Amino acid sequence: MSDDTIKLDELDRRIVVATQAGLPLVAEPYQQVAEALGVTAEEVMQRLQRMLESGIIRRIGAVPNHYTLGFRGNGMTVWDVPDEKVVEYGEKIGALDFVSHAYHRPRFLPEWRYNLFAMVHGRNRDELKQKIDTIAQMLGEDNRAHEVLFSTRILKKTGLRLVTGS
Amino acid sequence: MDDIDRSIINNLQGGFPICDHPYAVVAERLGIGESDLLERLQQMLEKKQLSRFGPMYHAERLGGGLSLCAMRVPEADFERVAEQVNAFPEVAHNYARDHEFSMWFVLGTETPERVEEACREIEQVTGYRVYNMPKKQEFFVGLKFEV
Repeated sequence: MSDDTIKLDELDRRIVVATQAGLPLVAEPYQQVAEALGVTAEEVMQRLQRMLESGIIRRIGAVPNHYTLGFRGNGMTVWDVPDEKVVEYGEKIGALDFVSHAYHRPRFLPEWRYNLFAMVHGRNRDELKQKIDTIAQMLGEDNRAHEVLFSTRILKKTGLRLVTGS
Repeated sequence: MDDIDRSIINNLQGGFPICDHPYAVVAERLGIGESDLLERLQQMLEKKQLSRFGPMYHAERLGGGLSLCAMRVPEADFERVAEQVNAFPEVAHNYARDHEFSMWFVLGTETPERVEEACREIEQVTGYRVYNMPKKQEFFVGLKFEV
């Protein structure tokens, strides 16, 4: 995807820095960002619109926290499927309503055999297990192995800071 | 959390408008007042029902690097290694997981090359191998979580 990279100028980068932690919760949020940067709200809105259209911004909105919203059974599931079918299965798994993200990632043989990752969410561990079974059935014999990795502790969570102020 | 909060979450995972009074536009769509919407968003962020609200940037398209990395760290060394890994400003999140691959962290870097570099530096500091697992492809249908 690196060929989609669009050169950002100094003001674009300052807008990213000003908004990557979130948008102000005030009636005129873009105006507030603009004032902090010493430019007009129109300029900020135009540039955000351009970044949205070019895919630099994926979307503007709320990110729900599954855990605090009652989804207590969350697991990172990892699957070993044939490489030639990973895209087909990735798309199917990514489209399931209880999967928030799915990725094709490299294996590290022999220690790490899994090439497909999916974050699966259930209200509790039992529901999670049922959902994992659903995926296993979907994959059939192409599910050569899978595991669920539960998070036991958050060691750090500062969020992505993609562009620094410097 | 009531039905209005739920409809805010279900309707506001994407498509927030870019205009002078965007909250007013959304509030009207939801049939509530602008100040009510702002207050509820504030509340849900404070209660961590929302982890954030705003533009979601695409790391690679911003010209940066992003990767998921794993390490196999024995229990006895875990706290020391966690501290050393967390000290890297590029480490955005770090989770302990109940597996032989016990530490999983996300690296977000200003340049793509910096990911590999940071992995090597973490290996040097900690003495453990870093398994760098950048996504080869993403299958993401993010706008569907319903409460």
